[in-house]
Amino acid sequence: MFRNSYDNDSITYSPTGRLFQVEYALEAIKQGSASVGLVSKTHVVIVALKRNAEELGSYQKKIIRIDNHLGIALAGLAPDARVLSNFMRQQAMTSKMVYNKPIPVARVAHEIGDKAQKNTQTYGRRPYGVGLLVAGYDETGPHLFEFLPSGTVLEYFGAAIGARSQSARTYLERNFESFPDCTAEELVLHGLRALRDTLAQDKELLIQNTSIGLVGLDTPFKLYDNEDVGEWLEKLGDVGSSRGRRQAEEAEAEAAAAAETSAPADEDIPVPDVPAEPIETDD
Amino acid sequence: MDHMPENWGRPRSDVYGSYQHAIHSAGPQSHTQVPSITGTSVIAMKFNNGVILAADNLGSYGSLARFTDQERLIKVGKETVVGFSGDASDMQYLESMLERLIIEDNYEQDGHNFRAPHIYEYLSRVMYNRRSKVDPLWNAILVAGKKDDGSPFLGYVDLLGITYSSPCIATGYGAYLAIPLLRKLVSEDEDAKNVTEEQARAAIDESMKVLFYRDARSLDKYTVATVTLDGNVKFDKDVRCQNMNWRFAEGIRGYGTQKQ
Repeated sequence: MFRNSYDNDSITYSPTGRLFQVEYALEAIKQGSASVGLVSKTHVVIVALKRNAEELGSYQKKIIRIDNHLGIALAGLAPDARVLSNFMRQQAMTSKMVYNKPIPVARVAHEIGDKAQKNTQTYGRRPYGVGLLVAGYDETGPHLFEFLPSGTVLEYFGAAIGARSQSARTYLERNFESFPDCTAEELVLHGLRALRDTLAQDKELLIQNTSIGLVGLDTPFKLYDNEDVGEWLEKLGDVGSSRGRRQAEEAEAEAAAAAETSAPADEDIPVPDVPAEPIETDD
Repeated sequence: MDHMPENWGRPRSDVYGSYQHAIHSAGPQSHTQVPSITGTSVIAMKFNNGVILAADNLGSYGSLARFTDQERLIKVGKETVVGFSGDASDMQYLESMLERLIIEDNYEQDGHNFRAPHIYEYLSRVMYNRRSKVDPLWNAILVAGKKDDGSPFLGYVDLLGITYSSPCIATGYGAYLAIPLLRKLVSEDEDAKNVTEEQARAAIDESMKVLFYRDARSLDKYTVATVTLDGNVKFDKDVRCQNMNWRFAEGIRGYGTQKQ
């Protein structure tokens, strides 16, 4: 039987220079539903698709407020995100108490990056199984950071993580040049359009499964959930994936993207409508 | 049977080892209870384009004028000045803490800088923390600079962790002798808008002169620092009290060298 002898811990390199446990953690993100973030000159928006484990169950929280100027969207293991968000909240409160200053977005993003990196270099630990989009506004303006379990923290104009996030990324890449001058409202709608492209074939955006986080100039972090999402979905109009409508166009772009990057196109991973396995990685 | 009653009821030495007399003689941990080298008043006021503050250059050892080159106003970060009165060694300790704070903040190179309200909050936490350990840093401190919205900032914190803000603040004797003079110009925040830097400087110089007349732990040599709203910090060092008149001293009887 095939056995990978270089993935027993997160700190041992394979002969080809890879850390398998870290790569598995990055895979865990792709099991979670998508989160999308994007930035204008004045605002940051994060939108996320919530999943319920079963028909009668509640939906898993995807966007967490950290502070008045800061929030995160997650994809992957929700408990790991909880640990990280609690840490970020503690950092934010410490900054307010000791320096009377909202914590700079870049600083708190890099602090969780450092935490995650330690797990890739310390024996007996495991990497976080969650990716985060850190959205915040501080005196240097709006910021969007992508956090990965590898310890990678990068700033983006637009970013998407989670299942079928390539579709959202494709939307963002096609439209990002118009983002800087967008109003907050236009930015949210761009986010929702990117998010709906990550939907499975027969799914659509509902008030139950859509979360929106908005923060920016003179706009404290606002989380829209359930009823509050209704007005946004009305403004959006079509709540189904545009993939069916643009299937031919999409297939072409995917082929081009697949040729360009060697990354596997997660478009083709089938996701069951009702995730039933109790051990399933879900967020 | 042990026939020595004083050993009864005590842990046996052959089992537990002999009694450690250090335990008996250990008293409560003691800290510095009095300052030694001290600086007197720091005075400050807001004006239409910033904040001005002054402190003399004397380091007193009790009533002895021990050091005459003590600098008690320091620049912290790009646009903040902190003035210390009280113990000189505690001032130096706080100076090194603030220096480390600013250096470590600079490592990030992310466009964020500490301004006066942030440094003020930090200092007030340090001061209150130390007083709560009943080991206070023996200082009264003024922090001057710019608020986040660009308006002038002036705050006070002392060895008890007491904090307040006002358009004119002075520590020590200055609170009695300088404040009335400064408040003639600026008694409310609004008044500061009608006071120019020159007017403020004149009031500060006058106050320093009055303090030198009346405060026996003061010096006629002082430093004036000005923080302006464009972010400039200007230090005017080795300033001397001008146009003093000590003729009245001849008439004072009862102490000094006169024989009545």
